[in-house]
Amino acid sequence: MSSGTLYDKVWDLHRVADLPGGSTQLFIGLHLIHEVTSPQAFAAINEKGLKVRFPERTIATVDHIVPTTSQKRPFADPLAEEMLAKLEENCTNFGIKLYGLGSGNQGVVHVMAPELGLTQPGMTVACGDSHTSTHGAFGAIAFGIGTSQVRDVLASQCISMNKLKVRRLWFEGSLSKGVYAKDLILHVIRNLGVKGGVGYAYEFAGPAIEILSMEERMTICNMAIEGGARCGYINPDEITFEYLAGKKNVPTGEAWDRAVKWWKRLSSDKKAQFDDEVIFNASEIAPTVTWGITPGQGIAIDECIPKTEALKGSELSIAKEAYSYMDLKPGSPIEGVPINVCFIGSCTNGRLSDLKAAAKIAKGRHVARGIKAFVVPGSEQVAKEAKKEGLNDLFISAGFEWREPGCSMCLAMNPDKLEGNQISASSSNRNFKGRQGSSNGRTLLMSPAMVAAAAIKGQVTDVRNML
Amino acid sequence: MKSIFPKGVIDKITGKCLVLSGNDIDTDRIIPARFLKCVSFNQLGDKVFADDRISLKGTHPFDLKVNKGSKILIVDENFGCGSSREHAPQALMRWGIRAIIGNSFAEIFYGNCLALGIPCATISKNEINNLKELIKQDQENIWEFNLKQQLLNHKDNRISFKIESGPLNMLRTGKWDATSQLMGNKEELNKTILNLPYLNKFN
Repeated sequence: MSSGTLYDKVWDLHRVADLPGGSTQLFIGLHLIHEVTSPQAFAAINEKGLKVRFPERTIATVDHIVPTTSQKRPFADPLAEEMLAKLEENCTNFGIKLYGLGSGNQGVVHVMAPELGLTQPGMTVACGDSHTSTHGAFGAIAFGIGTSQVRDVLASQCISMNKLKVRRLWFEGSLSKGVYAKDLILHVIRNLGVKGGVGYAYEFAGPAIEILSMEERMTICNMAIEGGARCGYINPDEITFEYLAGKKNVPTGEAWDRAVKWWKRLSSDKKAQFDDEVIFNASEIAPTVTWGITPGQGIAIDECIPKTEALKGSELSIAKEAYSYMDLKPGSPIEGVPINVCFIGSCTNGRLSDLKAAAKIAKGRHVARGIKAFVVPGSEQVAKEAKKEGLNDLFISAGFEWREPGCSMCLAMNPDKLEGNQISASSSNRNFKGRQGSSNGRTLLMSPAMVAAAAIKGQVTDVRNML
Repeated sequence: MKSIFPKGVIDKITGKCLVLSGNDIDTDRIIPARFLKCVSFNQLGDKVFADDRISLKGTHPFDLKVNKGSKILIVDENFGCGSSREHAPQALMRWGIRAIIGNSFAEIFYGNCLALGIPCATISKNEINNLKELIKQDQENIWEFNLKQQLLNHKDNRISFKIESGPLNMLRTGKWDATSQLMGNKEELNKTILNLPYLNKFN
């Protein structure tokens, strides 16, 4: 059993009581909600005549269903309009702060909350969205929850949960040029599998992690869940504190000094015990691309799609399904696979540094003929910063479309969708069948710079040759 | 009105088994994202596995006549991976599923099922294959999913499954719906809050 890890310390601080079923009642420091997984929870609160216990500890935004072309109300899609109207009504009725469209802080929930300084080290963070693991980048224990649990948090600010085991993923070396946080996490999932993390919290640590920016750390923690780990985290350090300093909702003056002192104590102890440890060498990681229908089906850009002989029993059946769905041949190189659509954005890779990395590739070049390429900033704040740096103009003159913030084609609950069996190069997090809005649409996951490279060449390309 | 959904103590579920083979079946497949555009779960039952069913043109296990009315779903590894959407277990529940047996489950999905009173039980790969054979052989296919015994019973067949002791207790005592329990423990809650630096100006 783990001891002395950040996970243990934060867990213990938030443990309210043991429940009769054997699980723990855990206090939630920050609850984030959006329009998709909250309406049924509010309906349950209303039906039972309950109140929201701590309305000030729940923050709302709208992201999944918003169109990224025109955000004029009412939305063209009446269902989307109904969902947003419901969220507005619920937030008003229960006194919950909503960062809506045009507020200056609307955005993908996992992009906007850190920007507002809402996510802080040592907190428990819950949201009805599996990518809540993102917030672990700050040294918080953050996890996705279902709608029943959203109801529980609204009613009690607590959830019933079992403690996870802790696995430390230690990274020696450092990422090479043209290799990004996205490649690192795709590499992890490829090696440990999409269910390798079930039952675990992942601590990402080691020299290669310590030098990463907060935005890179968020990309890594964001996809912990794709490796089966419900939460992933990184010990807070000077980079964390520097990011937080001066943000809205972050303490100032003497309270800031006290906060930093406390945050420093939260890091896993030198003598901490982990339930498991895996060591990687970050220097060996290459730009990584998924070829199949799970985020674990990834390969380095210079590798070939695995042949059936190279696969083990349980990998084989899903691989066969993937070959036929993706219409890609085992043994053929991933580099050079023609693509139709390029999507840069999402809670994984829709932050300013992601857009900058892609812009660096797009600069002075042009999207290949016949390719639809678009950039969706993760939040209004990201859009504002990007415009300040002229990134919107840069992308537009390179042939990309520049959109309004939202989840967009990561999950296609809005007008941004693949059509037919189109194949996309996507900076998002899931390549499941039908994920991007067409039941036979195909997704190749990669870093934003790799997506930009694919857009320019019209095919999967090694971005290292374009730097 | 009598609720057709799980309620109170859950000790036994009797019904047909429906076999759905395949590892890593994700929640996007259980309920494609476009059906998440709703403010109520009511309409989700018909939409379960919508895209897989369209592409299999009536031959998907959820469309086969023999499987109509099934209550126990048999799956393979890592079932329910992906998104946290409760819409996935809601869709399964509204279609008629009341228990799931598989080799392993994704964590959020497992918790979402528990919150609806749907037990997710695990058995070994060999046992699943064995079970699939038995189901194939018997047209009648009526099984008893017994939580007390942790057995799946059918005529002379006894197949043992595992449910973690916490969830098992919650289901068998009818305390799987956590809200009321979480609203208790007020004193402990206040203590926790007073002890959290970020709620107390970091003092």
